[in-house]
Amino acid sequence: MLAYVVRRLLQSILVMLAVAFIAFSLFNFVGDPVNNMVGVEATNEERERVAEALGLNDPFPVQFARFVGNAVQGDFGMSYRLSIPVEEAIASRLPATLELVFVAAVLALLVGVPLGVYTGLHRDGFVSRVLLTVSLIGISLPTFLIGILLILIFSVWLGWLPSFGRGEVVKIGGWESNLLSWTGFKSIILPSITLCLFQLTLLMRLVRAEMMEVLRADYIKFARARGLTNRAVHFGHALKNTLVPVITITGLQIGSLIAFAIITETVFQWPGMGLLFLQAIQFVDIPVMAAYLCLVAFIFVVINLFVDLLYYAIDPRLRLDGGTRAH
Amino acid sequence: MRLKSLMAAMLAATVASGAVAAKEFRYSTSGDLLGLDPYINNEGPTNTMKSNLYEGLIHRSYDLSLHPALATDWKQTDPLTWRFNLRKGVKFHNGNPFTADDVLISLDRIRLPKSNMTFVVTSIDKIVKIDDHTIDIVTKFPDPTLLLNLPNFWIMDKEWLEANNAFDVEEGATVKTFANLNVNGTGPFMLEERVPDTRTVLVPNPNWWGTPEHNITKAVFTPIGNDSTRVAALLSGDVDLIYPVPLQDIRRLESTPGVKPLEGPELRTIFLGFDQHRDELLDMPGSGKNPFKDVRVRKAFYQAIDINAIKRVVMRNAATPTGLMIAPGINGFQPDMNDRLPYDPEAAKKLLAEAGYPNGFPVTLDCPNDRYVNDEAICLAVVPMIKRIGIDIKLNAQTKSLHFQKIGRKENWNTSFYMLGWTPGSYDAHNPLQQLMTLDGDGQGTWNCGRYTNARVEELTDMIAGETDVEKRNAMIREAFQIHKDEVGHIPLHQQALAWGVGARVKDVKQRPQNDVDLRYVIMN
Repeated sequence: MLAYVVRRLLQSILVMLAVAFIAFSLFNFVGDPVNNMVGVEATNEERERVAEALGLNDPFPVQFARFVGNAVQGDFGMSYRLSIPVEEAIASRLPATLELVFVAAVLALLVGVPLGVYTGLHRDGFVSRVLLTVSLIGISLPTFLIGILLILIFSVWLGWLPSFGRGEVVKIGGWESNLLSWTGFKSIILPSITLCLFQLTLLMRLVRAEMMEVLRADYIKFARARGLTNRAVHFGHALKNTLVPVITITGLQIGSLIAFAIITETVFQWPGMGLLFLQAIQFVDIPVMAAYLCLVAFIFVVINLFVDLLYYAIDPRLRLDGGTRAH
Repeated sequence: MRLKSLMAAMLAATVASGAVAAKEFRYSTSGDLLGLDPYINNEGPTNTMKSNLYEGLIHRSYDLSLHPALATDWKQTDPLTWRFNLRKGVKFHNGNPFTADDVLISLDRIRLPKSNMTFVVTSIDKIVKIDDHTIDIVTKFPDPTLLLNLPNFWIMDKEWLEANNAFDVEEGATVKTFANLNVNGTGPFMLEERVPDTRTVLVPNPNWWGTPEHNITKAVFTPIGNDSTRVAALLSGDVDLIYPVPLQDIRRLESTPGVKPLEGPELRTIFLGFDQHRDELLDMPGSGKNPFKDVRVRKAFYQAIDINAIKRVVMRNAATPTGLMIAPGINGFQPDMNDRLPYDPEAAKKLLAEAGYPNGFPVTLDCPNDRYVNDEAICLAVVPMIKRIGIDIKLNAQTKSLHFQKIGRKENWNTSFYMLGWTPGSYDAHNPLQQLMTLDGDGQGTWNCGRYTNARVEELTDMIAGETDVEKRNAMIREAFQIHKDEVGHIPLHQQALAWGVGARVKDVKQRPQNDVDLRYVIMN
């Protein structure tokens, strides 16, 4: 087991190297950061000096090698735009994104799975039909549109929730949390709903399809024949057997949540990593872009690893050969 | 686009207001400041914030007039020397007294190689301390624009710089510096908190020497990048002032109770330029021809553009068409020369035929799509107008980083026909002459992407730099502008209008043509 984890982590280094390489070869197409840094009145000499100081005049392989060389020592350079080390910039934004993703994922699970079970059990009910129709909206509307709509309704028309930002955050150690203050809590509601909507509807539809599939299986019929209560059949037997694909999708979706957070964070001016990345693109802040892409690649690898490990916990069949060897 | 049309619905909404402290002023624009060091970055929103916190010897008011700040009065004692009396009893935010030594060290610091504000003191040879509250500024040559530049020469505290080892100026990108993260100015506002990209909080300086015109107790600046969110934040009462407001939302703001749009002219002039240097146009390889070297072709392009249609349709009337490369309010503006060549496609066709291109020629228009108000839309309107006179024109619109790289020196002025906008950093006509319309001297023609040049304009520009006689200088500016105009060195288009949105809690705010908020003039209800 340990060897498996280590092997997967080593693979992640390869993935990150590949991502960094591709990212760096694309940076040649995002423009010249010097113009953004020096202002219009700067002379040619000043521009040249800045480009030289940042190493922008070196050929691509040299720039890439320097980035990797520094990165393995934990040094991702200084942000061109913010004038602070990239690690610091990303670390200060990470809590905002992770908390947003966490709340969105919890919302998606807590709402999506029960709705999926309900619509799976009451296939032809009126409520199920309404829910399925509404869920089409969640799947098909783009995130920024949902975000703007929510702002329109809850901030502009009703005036209940703030239209942007994080509100007041409470600091616990190095972590800034939204969940411990009233304005912070109000601020996270709209962005997290916006972010989770796609996943929520996806989960609901997935659980529904799986439930309908499982409910047709022989062992369910057998369970009913044994006279088990509906509750035991539905939740003890049926739901449990739908969970493996649900976990896979949830895990993979957490990666996408972090990636999609870029759009949600931009719409809500949510000061997370996604917003940082978008601003970095506009400013051609190469160190931030490079570090962010590597980090996201790493997060994807880690999440996939976790999903694989969770399978063992949930599905006894996968544990079987490991178990026999232990004996 | 879907996003924008949705805003129409959103803007019809009613206004709700949150609970905030009585005179707390919350405002927002599209981007955050780049740092707090007054000399590292020369960039719009950053400079604005610096002038709330720091002061120069002279203050430029919202109407661009100059007023005493850290200097109480000044007079020219000989062509090269200006005597400044410094204000007494002024204290920096940390309590240190302001003296002549602070001015001297600020000059040394702003001139460091990595400073980006050096351009405001280029004419200064040295500053001589007479006593603690008297200095002589000695210029290298008689400089008629010295006073115009001084408002952006922010004064820092000597003791503070030394105590914190903060004298060196570094581009943020290489080292983290104390002066870029902390503030100690003499300005009317002090920094309370700064979280990059989230908020910058200012409180009034209780020890400020002046009498405040504003009545705010706290100012919170928040960047909101997304246009729609910014407008929604104003409508929902989460902020009190936003800029810019997207042009399509202005009419909506007018019809929404509690908020109002605030419009006014901006100093930036938007123009088109041609490559007048290459012997062969980029889009005509092998032909050995560059049609733009012929003034008749440049004139044809000028006359093919229906600027009023652009103003009406693209800019929704939020623009002032111009015939000059500088805006009203800039020193040297000539109101009687601001007329444009008439819009006349037939005459344009005739001119093209005379020049030997009756069937046109291929050319690409380079255009940014995220820099100026409706920049890409303007270019999209120009393309069919130019096509109409028989030119095979293509549009290349892209993000500003790529656009400025392509048309700039970095790619060796890789353009034949381009859009650019310019606000003279010194508020004087010499600045565009030097940066856009000449080539030959040191530091000249930094953004003369088409490499327009004329011997007499070059000569005049050098003379204008050192001419202190206002009338003679004005005559030279007129001559240079007239030559540039007759030769159609560029096609000036318009000055875009400022568009701000103001909420109900704000009683009065002064809109500066630099498109920024000077907190000195904000009055809350």
